[in-house]
Amino acid sequence: MAAPEVHAPALKEYPVIPILAAGSMAASKPYVASEKINEALGFPGKLVDDWHGRAIAKMGELLGESRALRVYLDSCVHCGACTDKCHYFLGTGDPKNMPVARQDLVRKVYRRHFTLAGKLFPKLVGAEDLTQDVLEDWYKYFNQCSECRRCSVYCPYGIDTAEITMAAKEIMDTIGMGQKYTNEIIGKVHKIGNNLGLPGPALKNTLETMEEEVKEETGLDVRFPVDEPGAEVLVVVPSADFFAEPHVYSLIGYAKVFHAAGIRWTLSSHASEAGNFGLFIGNYEQMRKIALRVREAAQELGVRRIVVGECGHAWRVAYSFWNTLIGPFDWLDARHPVPQHICELTWDLIQRGAISFEREKNDHRIVTFHDSCNVARGSGMGGIPRGQFILPRGIIRAACNHFHDMAPETIHEHTFCCGGGGGLLSDELLELRVKGALPRMEALKQVVDAHGVNFMATICAICKAQFSKVLPYYKFDMEMIGGVHQLVGDAIRLGRND
Amino acid sequence: MLLSALFACLFYAAAAVLAAGLAVKIVLYARTPAPLKIPTTPAPATRSGVLWRMLREVVLFESLFGANKWIWLFGWVFHAALALVLVRHLRYFTQPVWGLVEIAQPFGIYAGFAMLAGVAGLWARRFLVERIRYISTYSDHFMLALLVAIGASGLAMKYVARTDIVALKAFMLGLMVFDWQPLPADPALLVHLALVAALMAVFPASKLLHAPGVFFSPGRNQADDSRERRHLAPSARG
Repeated sequence: MAAPEVHAPALKEYPVIPILAAGSMAASKPYVASEKINEALGFPGKLVDDWHGRAIAKMGELLGESRALRVYLDSCVHCGACTDKCHYFLGTGDPKNMPVARQDLVRKVYRRHFTLAGKLFPKLVGAEDLTQDVLEDWYKYFNQCSECRRCSVYCPYGIDTAEITMAAKEIMDTIGMGQKYTNEIIGKVHKIGNNLGLPGPALKNTLETMEEEVKEETGLDVRFPVDEPGAEVLVVVPSADFFAEPHVYSLIGYAKVFHAAGIRWTLSSHASEAGNFGLFIGNYEQMRKIALRVREAAQELGVRRIVVGECGHAWRVAYSFWNTLIGPFDWLDARHPVPQHICELTWDLIQRGAISFEREKNDHRIVTFHDSCNVARGSGMGGIPRGQFILPRGIIRAACNHFHDMAPETIHEHTFCCGGGGGLLSDELLELRVKGALPRMEALKQVVDAHGVNFMATICAICKAQFSKVLPYYKFDMEMIGGVHQLVGDAIRLGRND
Repeated sequence: MLLSALFACLFYAAAAVLAAGLAVKIVLYARTPAPLKIPTTPAPATRSGVLWRMLREVVLFESLFGANKWIWLFGWVFHAALALVLVRHLRYFTQPVWGLVEIAQPFGIYAGFAMLAGVAGLWARRFLVERIRYISTYSDHFMLALLVAIGASGLAMKYVARTDIVALKAFMLGLMVFDWQPLPADPALLVHLALVAALMAVFPASKLLHAPGVFFSPGRNQADDSRERRHLAPSARG
């Protein structure tokens, strides 16, 4: 049976807040994980009989473990500041995609079971029990949140819907309602070492092919080493960089940077994945276990530095959480930030004059930059305020002659999610993904019309995959999307550097 | 005298609920661990930077200003006016009246109107804006109604049916030292006091918890220093 056709909403000249279309996305939900997938992660295989009791118990447990959850569930005043901030709401008009309404799906159950007012006067304060219908709503609408945290920027109390979505997903995993796409991927990381399930020998093969291709292009021995003892730097990249387009061009870019700067680096077949989907399901233990692979690989290879490739949520986990999860890092070279982003490394080399560019090689491109949500709102770079915005743009300007930013209310910490983050990059959610991309597509169209922009650079593997898929729905060329290090790789001076 | 005793007990009870309820919540917030660093951009890198950010958030409603100018305008005017009104009301609890309270007196009177205007604006949005109508619950309306009634009954005592303010002050001063004085039996005053007591009592069990909550919000009160300083919540140490 053919999948129902997905139509993109029309791009408007000015963004317009949609009229509510209740239930318009009520049919959107991802596949539930199979028993095998759930059990591999230690979750119940399918919905348990006493799911209600277990869910409420888990909620109580989480309330005791997370100040964020407790404070956020108590503090919302329904002011409405967040109601027009979610890309999924803007693209679908479904009121349950307004951040406050999404939070209220959990908040009403919290009120019913954990507050005096909700126990005494449930109707008055909007408290409701976790019924079968409410659980259905949880599964649908917490799988329509990409945990991008845009709403939290605008909330007067900093209420972060991602924290509530993660808690809801954690509760659903506990009762056997895990989501297939995410949980299957986490299983692959534990078993094989990366999200795509690419085994070590295949990885080595791919990298050898890449070496040959770059040799053909440049005539130089640009290396793509894997498991190489004695390397100074371990580079952890999203596994899509190994074979998906346009991701591979960024990997080639990293390799050329290391080649030009003369830094010995290596990939690892044990930690061949920067991504950490443990974040998406809000599971601390899964997140820690996935992160631990990086520490193990780094110690086994004896590297002095760890560098993370172009992957948005991976950088949030690395920058904000690694020190807590798998630190301390006193065994690594303290002269460099731990962990370090590939953009920090490249930017530092540019500043020191260790690498340089023939910018005209990118002259066929008019470039804009899409800030990825986890980088923009959950991390930093370069040890300077707003470095995560300054460094990637600085690198692009160093490698390209033509650069134009999109509208200010759609970039930096105000950036719109690509529409595929948070574990939603799955085919059965295509309608959601296409509609969720609307705000970004509108901003892109403005710079396409005004400046002839034909390339949108980004530093996130999910953004790249998502845009490759949805750009054509908006009549854009899918090859418009690519990595910052793709631009670097195309213009960097190799060989003698004098 | 029965009336005085009734209101005296009412205020003792309301104050006790408010103080105990808030203390329980604040201790709970403070004791619940924050396992990971989740500050939201633009997050300051230092503790003093965080204090400055919190100050801007609490005094100016900085995030809200960036989100929606109407909500900010009504919300900020309401809160600022409420603060002035509260300062002005200190004159009924202090003898001699503090200098600062004397200065606030003339502004505090007009602030009563501003407070009502702010609340009216916020309430109107709950009816007029489709998105906000959708998310509003009965308790949201109830809270606004309570504030309107408190403000209106207060202004009524100033402009419509003046109460014996000297006797009221004697009652309040007496209340604080458990020496009960007669309370003037004016309807506007009794309504005003009863509703204030109600507001105090529902505070710790309602969305008014946003007041202490904002100070405990990890997105706002954490510093962006995760690479420099290893963050370990007590629960993560085990």
